[in-house]
Amino acid sequence: MIEEISNTELQELISIIQQQYGYDFSDYAKASLKRRFIRFMGHAQLGRLQDLKLQLLTDPDFFKRMVEYITVNVTEMFRDPQFYQLLRDDVLPRLATYPIIKIWHAGCATGEEVYSMAIMLQEAGLLERSRIYATDMNAANLEKANTGIVPMRWMKDYTHNYIQSGGLHDFSDYYTARYDAAIINPGLRRNIIFFQHNLVTDHVFNEFQLICCRNVFIYFNRTLQERVVTLFYDSLAPRGYLALGMKESLLFSKERKKFEVINGPNKIFRRKF
Amino acid sequence: MQSSTRFDIIAIGGSAGSLAVVARLLKSLPGEMNIPVVLIMHRLKNVSSELNRLLAFGRPIQEPEDKQRMESGHIYLAPQNYHLLLESDGTFSLDYSELVHYSRPAIDESFFSIADAYGQRALGILLSGASADGAEGLARIVKSGGIGIVQDPAEAEFRIMPQAAIDLSAKINIMTTDEIITYIRTQYHTK
Repeated sequence: MIEEISNTELQELISIIQQQYGYDFSDYAKASLKRRFIRFMGHAQLGRLQDLKLQLLTDPDFFKRMVEYITVNVTEMFRDPQFYQLLRDDVLPRLATYPIIKIWHAGCATGEEVYSMAIMLQEAGLLERSRIYATDMNAANLEKANTGIVPMRWMKDYTHNYIQSGGLHDFSDYYTARYDAAIINPGLRRNIIFFQHNLVTDHVFNEFQLICCRNVFIYFNRTLQERVVTLFYDSLAPRGYLALGMKESLLFSKERKKFEVINGPNKIFRRKF
Repeated sequence: MQSSTRFDIIAIGGSAGSLAVVARLLKSLPGEMNIPVVLIMHRLKNVSSELNRLLAFGRPIQEPEDKQRMESGHIYLAPQNYHLLLESDGTFSLDYSELVHYSRPAIDESFFSIADAYGQRALGILLSGASADGAEGLARIVKSGGIGIVQDPAEAEFRIMPQAAIDLSAKINIMTTDEIITYIRTQYHTK
């Protein structure tokens, strides 16, 4: 098992991927990217970096599997309940003033936070006039998200999160249990569109009143974070909201002055005019 | 004051039974100590914790945000639900991937990145705990030329964690809490 990847070796891997497949990982945060490569090599039972490079150069399917593995897709329903409570109490009432509410979940992974949003919109009576655009760079994630199937074993935690976020309904009303899977009610999925979008290379595609991008920034370095903050600014309606992960910050961005802090600890920002 | 310690960072990992020891270590840090200290403690998920308040002893102590730059003499506590990694430019990177040893933050992950970024300039300390998290990480710090210390298993409330590190590497120093305190102080008073 390989233990460490040097900066030079990391650079070689990034170059191979870029030349061979056009994906650009050069502005990902180094420490976590190295860690993902090391974990993937363990998963693929590759003992030497040489073997990884060879596979990457010769096997596009292998590359696809690797991208699916190294892009982190850990998520939860109602992750950080106090954040959802704030959305419910402070943000949704503002969004309610728009005739059509457009929301972008950037880096939605397998969709658990997207479905959480749909539940809250439904409870606020807003789902009918909402359009949720949920994007990820990882096609396998999107396929999974689109099925609306969540492993049953997590439902106890999610129910707890939901109640903590101020949810007043019976959480089990929102899904059907089938053996070890929970299937999210199709009614909640009717205004969600899942599609592929890569924050590293792709551009503005619509205008939103709310963008949620939680725990995606942490995998990027400062340069790429700047690019994405600008992309979000350009994708937000004036006075539109931006929500980041609990430990993600706009403080280190040059663009921070273009945003107003709505809630510091929970990382809710708002585009100034 | 001229800093002449042989390390540029102190990383402390602890789990069950380590809180009081961490508090004692922090309280006895030499006043002139001017390197950052990073704490990685196992904590409950989704429960907001008073840990950082409990541990504050005059020095600034904070849960770093992503890309925050470390400052000398400050104490940093790994936030809940994230792995805390260090970049070689002295900034933090957070990571929200799978649990490691059933934990996030995992001590191993922080120690690995510190071994990578700091090499022989790192001091890693592993305290009481009921899992093997941190053992491989401490062994890696030592392998990269840094110094590794475990709390003496005979003194630790839960011996599994320090013992796991001892079993992995013969070069790890075994010390009681008092000896660790003295060791850190010596770095400042004998130079």
